[in-house]
Amino acid sequence: MNTLELTINGKVYAFTQGETILDVARRNDIFIPTLCYLKNASPTGACRMCVVEVKGARSLVASCTAPAGAGMDVQTESKSVVKSRKMNLELLLSSGSHDCLLCPSTGDCRLQDLAFRYNATGKRFERTKPKYQPDFSNPFLIRDFSKCILCGRCVQACKEVQVNNAIDYGYRGSDAKIIAKCDLPLGDSDCVFCGECLQVCPVGALSLKKARQKPRVCETEVVRTTCAYCGVGCQMNLHVKDNVVQMVNGVDAIPNHGSLCVKGRFGMQFINSDERLKTPLIRKNGELVAAEWGEALSLIAEKLGEYKEKNGADSIGVLASARCTNEENYLFQKFARAVIGTNNVDHCARY
Amino acid sequence: MGAALKRAITQHGTKLIVSDPRKIDIVRFADVWLRAQPGTDVIWINALAHVILRDGLHDREYIDERTEGFTAYSQSLAQFTPEYAEKMCGIPVVDLEKAAHLYAKGKSAILYCMGITQHVSGTDNVKALANLAMLCGNIGIEGGGLNPLRGQNNVQGACDMGALPVTYPAYGKVTDETVRARFEAAWSVTLSPNNGLTSRQMFDAVDAGTLQSMYLIGENPVVSHADSAHAVHCLEKIPFLIVQDIFLTETAKLADVVLPAACFAEKNGTFSNTERRVQRVRKAVNPPQGARDDAQIVCDIAAQMGAVLAPEGGTNAEAIFNEMTSVTPSYAGLSYKRIEKNGIQWPCPDEKSDGTSILHADNFVRGKGKFHPVSYVAPAEVVDETYPLILTTGRVLYQYHTGTMTRKATELATKSPAAYIEISSNDAKKYGMKDGDMAKVSSRRGTIRVTVKLSEKAVDGTVFIPFHFAEAAANVLTNSAECPESGIAEVKVCAVNIEPVGD
Repeated sequence: MNTLELTINGKVYAFTQGETILDVARRNDIFIPTLCYLKNASPTGACRMCVVEVKGARSLVASCTAPAGAGMDVQTESKSVVKSRKMNLELLLSSGSHDCLLCPSTGDCRLQDLAFRYNATGKRFERTKPKYQPDFSNPFLIRDFSKCILCGRCVQACKEVQVNNAIDYGYRGSDAKIIAKCDLPLGDSDCVFCGECLQVCPVGALSLKKARQKPRVCETEVVRTTCAYCGVGCQMNLHVKDNVVQMVNGVDAIPNHGSLCVKGRFGMQFINSDERLKTPLIRKNGELVAAEWGEALSLIAEKLGEYKEKNGADSIGVLASARCTNEENYLFQKFARAVIGTNNVDHCARY
Repeated sequence: MGAALKRAITQHGTKLIVSDPRKIDIVRFADVWLRAQPGTDVIWINALAHVILRDGLHDREYIDERTEGFTAYSQSLAQFTPEYAEKMCGIPVVDLEKAAHLYAKGKSAILYCMGITQHVSGTDNVKALANLAMLCGNIGIEGGGLNPLRGQNNVQGACDMGALPVTYPAYGKVTDETVRARFEAAWSVTLSPNNGLTSRQMFDAVDAGTLQSMYLIGENPVVSHADSAHAVHCLEKIPFLIVQDIFLTETAKLADVVLPAACFAEKNGTFSNTERRVQRVRKAVNPPQGARDDAQIVCDIAAQMGAVLAPEGGTNAEAIFNEMTSVTPSYAGLSYKRIEKNGIQWPCPDEKSDGTSILHADNFVRGKGKFHPVSYVAPAEVVDETYPLILTTGRVLYQYHTGTMTRKATELATKSPAAYIEISSNDAKKYGMKDGDMAKVSSRRGTIRVTVKLSEKAVDGTVFIPFHFAEAAANVLTNSAECPESGIAEVKVCAVNIEPVGD
């Protein structure tokens, strides 16, 4: 079988049947900008940002939908490509209110990044007025339609990735809008608030409810970890500033490939809760009262020692925790077995 | 997980059979919904096997080569006709036959959760499913298997680490002399040769006066244990109770000493997920001033008792991990470096191994897959005139377990603020209630007050209450009768009565 090859920017690359031009480019670290393209969903070719020039083609080609062809000669940043992208960006910037200064997504916005890259100013065309009022109807996120570029990533994320089918395109032509059910507020729709749409929105059309009171994404430090709720073990990025987990995003890796559920994404307030225990407590005269660590540890060691001495190690039980790490559980059972001397160790697996 | 399932169905033509006593949301995606009377699972599972065998859809080659005990098993299925199952479970014969044919056709995976295990017949239910899977050659292959979905983030890991009364890390039995000698050498101590008590048995031992002290970490049995009045009684009775947690939970309030711990975002370590994938947990923020890492706390207690539990006083998670892998053969090939980017599934016996995604691929761990004939055991409690409704319990999407974490999130509370009883419109009418009313729900063990929620998910005769809410805890009602083999309590079936609450 002959190897399939095409040329991108003068260099030859191999590809396999079924790959798009964008797939081949991405695989070889060749930059092609996209707005609507969503990995793991069917490409729509809606935004035209990924256009490339293919020698011999009548017009520019959307690389996200165009299959790679043997012998193709592709230019990703030719003059006409750049001109087209810039025009596209000018049109997008003229529709709605892309006021970066007051946008919670500033610094984390693909439209802003591309406007910088292609020197689009947003001044070429007169701005159209926003048609729709923002939706504040739910406790999780704000939908600001004036910033929506109708790329459709949120729709694809909802339909094809999460298969919740809560949102879709509504209305026609210049009235087009992303709607939930029959254009109900999101809070009254079938939405289950997984927040996948929020994560894939390339602009500021979808933002966290309290985004304006929080640091912007670009100000936060990112720490990858494993979710502490259920047993799936979703990989998540905790966005941290001022010792507070400000927001959470899914990581595109095994096992969740970027997705999270409502608890993983929006259920982390407990970390910084005022109700967290901050000091040991010891029961004195029937009441739990604050105590020093030293006092608490001595009391425990003394009491456990006493019970072990008097009634044997099996008079003591340790309940380890499925909420804790492997390292901790290893130590809990080792403590029960090697320090106390009992196999009375279990955890909450059955509950 | 749900999204992956729905993608498989809508985008890849996967067929779905759902078995649940409630018409849960995923039923919309199902080809067949097997709605069994709660507690009758062994019957319909065996009936599926009966149909598969009757219609010759079983995998003869697989059974001959890879399994044993088939003859006795196949004989045991004789009585489990679909007609018998229809009578006992309430599932139409035609649905059983359709499901059996769907399952037997090509590769099929079974996913199950606590709805299968939390019964007096919990172990039997799992065995019946294992039989079914082996009957069709579905164990040890990609796209097949018998996959338990762990209810909590690190149930898998806690079990792997030997936080169980009968096994050391990697499941070596505490009664096995050779295994014990290995741990005695590694830890330089003499170890107890006797099996310990399960969580449930520990509570009974408290009641009997033989267990006098308990060190309880990150668990809230007052809300999560079946028959919570009994759990409270035991926790009040125990002479010395230590609770280590991140909040002053309902359980911590009963303690003699409470120790403030760090949460997952405040420490380094690993969790093992439901598919045995060992993944990193990384410290993102500092714990509140005064709270400490769990590893450090237990090391401090050990130090006070004159023992060194871990290198560096438990402050270095990687050092603990390395000690652990040195005594845990299934984790032996793992290191923080290797799982830095992506987790690895154990067994990973050495550094050359990339882990194991499918168990029992060439051989079952025990050699041959063993069929276990399973007979039907009725739930410990059935309905009668005084308690005419079956209560089943579970979770809602927006809350988690006893709510200690999720109920701190105000956004989640707006979607799921309080406990409710989900009931069919027929039952609501029968018991004189409408949507939004307050109801008094009683079982032989206690009474709670909850809001009535009419729902199409409920089937006549069966009601559902989520167990997240301490102020109306479903487990006040549930039955602590347990599966004799696993010690799991039957929180999925008990008998209740429902009455309107007068003004």
